[in-house]
Amino acid sequence: MIGIQGIVKSYGRQTVLQGIDWQVQRGDFWGIIGPNGSGKTTLLNVLSGVEGPETGEITLDGRLLASYSRKELSRKLAVLQQDGLPPMAFPVRQVLEMGRFPFQNWRGKEEEDGAERLINEIMRRLDLLGLEHKPLHVLSGGQRQRVALGKVMAQQPEVVLLDEPTTYLDIRYQMQFMELVSSWQRAEHLTVIAVMHDLNLASLYCDKLIALRDGKIIASGTPNEIITPEIVKMLFDVDAYSVMHPDRGVPQLLLRSEQGM
Amino acid sequence: MMNKLAGYGAAGLVLLAATLLVCIGVGSVFLPTGQIVGILLHRLPWIGSMVTPDWDVAAEQIVMQVRLPRVLLGMLVGASLAVAGAAFQGVLRNPLADPFTLGVSSGAAVGAATLIFFGWQFSLIGVFTLPVVAFITGASTLLVVMWLARENGRIPIESLILSGVVMQSFLGAIVSFLTAMSKKTVNEILYWTMGSLSLRGWSYTIILFPYLVIGMLFLWSKARSLNLLALGERQAAHSGLNVDRTKAVVLLIATLMTAAAVSVSGVIGFVGLVIPHMIRLITGPDYRLIIPLSALGGGIFMMWSDLAARTVLAPTEIPLGVVTAFVGAPFFAYLLYRNKKRRMEELQ
Repeated sequence: MIGIQGIVKSYGRQTVLQGIDWQVQRGDFWGIIGPNGSGKTTLLNVLSGVEGPETGEITLDGRLLASYSRKELSRKLAVLQQDGLPPMAFPVRQVLEMGRFPFQNWRGKEEEDGAERLINEIMRRLDLLGLEHKPLHVLSGGQRQRVALGKVMAQQPEVVLLDEPTTYLDIRYQMQFMELVSSWQRAEHLTVIAVMHDLNLASLYCDKLIALRDGKIIASGTPNEIITPEIVKMLFDVDAYSVMHPDRGVPQLLLRSEQGM
Repeated sequence: MMNKLAGYGAAGLVLLAATLLVCIGVGSVFLPTGQIVGILLHRLPWIGSMVTPDWDVAAEQIVMQVRLPRVLLGMLVGASLAVAGAAFQGVLRNPLADPFTLGVSSGAAVGAATLIFFGWQFSLIGVFTLPVVAFITGASTLLVVMWLARENGRIPIESLILSGVVMQSFLGAIVSFLTAMSKKTVNEILYWTMGSLSLRGWSYTIILFPYLVIGMLFLWSKARSLNLLALGERQAAHSGLNVDRTKAVVLLIATLMTAAAVSVSGVIGFVGLVIPHMIRLITGPDYRLIIPLSALGGGIFMMWSDLAARTVLAPTEIPLGVVTAFVGAPFFAYLLYRNKKRRMEELQ
């Protein structure tokens, strides 16, 4: 689905990505983990096409990413940012309709009907029906992030990029959000690439992980292979134990505190 | 959305028609509304023959040669400035932006002041010399500002606004210099920079009309793109908008409209700032409504302002820019006060 070859990207004199090679298959749920400044967000920006790499190639569906127009690309690939949507006066329904922009002609009409049904369905699925006409700035952070997800769903993409989507949410909304993404991914056979801050969430929801440090991929594999004390130590310089999740059989981390030793 | 537009649009059109009749009727000679309607209908094809003229020739002369062209020109200039202001606010995502933020008016003023200073107003192409030169210097100011703000093929908003402010003060200094240096023509430069619609005649109105209508329709077609930009440039790009191209095109068209309006009327402030805000307060943030309703609102506001400019101290005319500032600035202060109050309430 996505092929990445020899990506190098720098800002000024600082090289942020130094030669990334990576293959993503259709239907994969990938997580990107790594410390601050390791190039996670830059990698996502390059994948989303808003920034071009200096060298290297990215292909999407066998076609060079750079050859897609913004509109074409947005029909295939959607991005959910960390900061989600700004607090604005636009009502919820209209924000979801903005997700249909890549399918509209200059008069705002779509070739096929069904957009309204789609948006109703998304609102039902995300539990937004009561908020339909509320302006965004009166919603809570969790609700707003659900609207942001709804807008991305309205884009009906094949690939979804998530940039630390749960950063500003409390633990209940973090779980709710990841469950929503996960069920959407399975229902539509989506390809998801998510930059994850929380390693335990990453282990629970991602099928595969890449570990990024200093702009290079230092490990990639399943959560069982990546969420280990050794790799965590290498990435973050933090001591941790890993234990098996009793229900899911994936590793979860326990942090070691120096006081207890 | 369409229902809302139809509702507000119908109300706006009724208000526009009423304003038109009042502004044509009031002046040194008062004309009754019935007579004005008759004179106007008489000029229309098909319907015209059904109206029998029962007015004197002087009244018709006043309506057709003096007041109607001036009132219509005011409507066009006001509509253009308000639509351009809405577009500027949308692209720059700054509530204080107006059509003059990027230095268009200052550029036009430099062109006009130079001509007046050297007495060249009528040199090349007669009465059109000044508007054409003002249009060219105004529009090219945008190109300089964009060039100044450019970074690696992108135009970041912050540097765009800063470059605009820099250009404005530099060009403003040139105009002040010319105003101060010219002994005999001080008033003429000064009056041009304060705006006026007097003694323009039909030719300006007819030339401006198609130009401004096309500009407005184009910006209206970009309304959904402006809505997306409100999400932030990154979000807009992810939603399928070619952000840099949209910004450049919208700024260019809004600037051309502004330059055209300024070139015939001089610098009339506050219309482009206040009207889009007022519409936003009434209808909400959707540019599909803001753009067309700003055109109506700007037209209506300008007609009333011009009426005040020519009648309040008649026979002396108050510069139009002074009138719009008198009305616009307090309104803007009220907006700030209201926003402050709302923020305080949200915090409690």
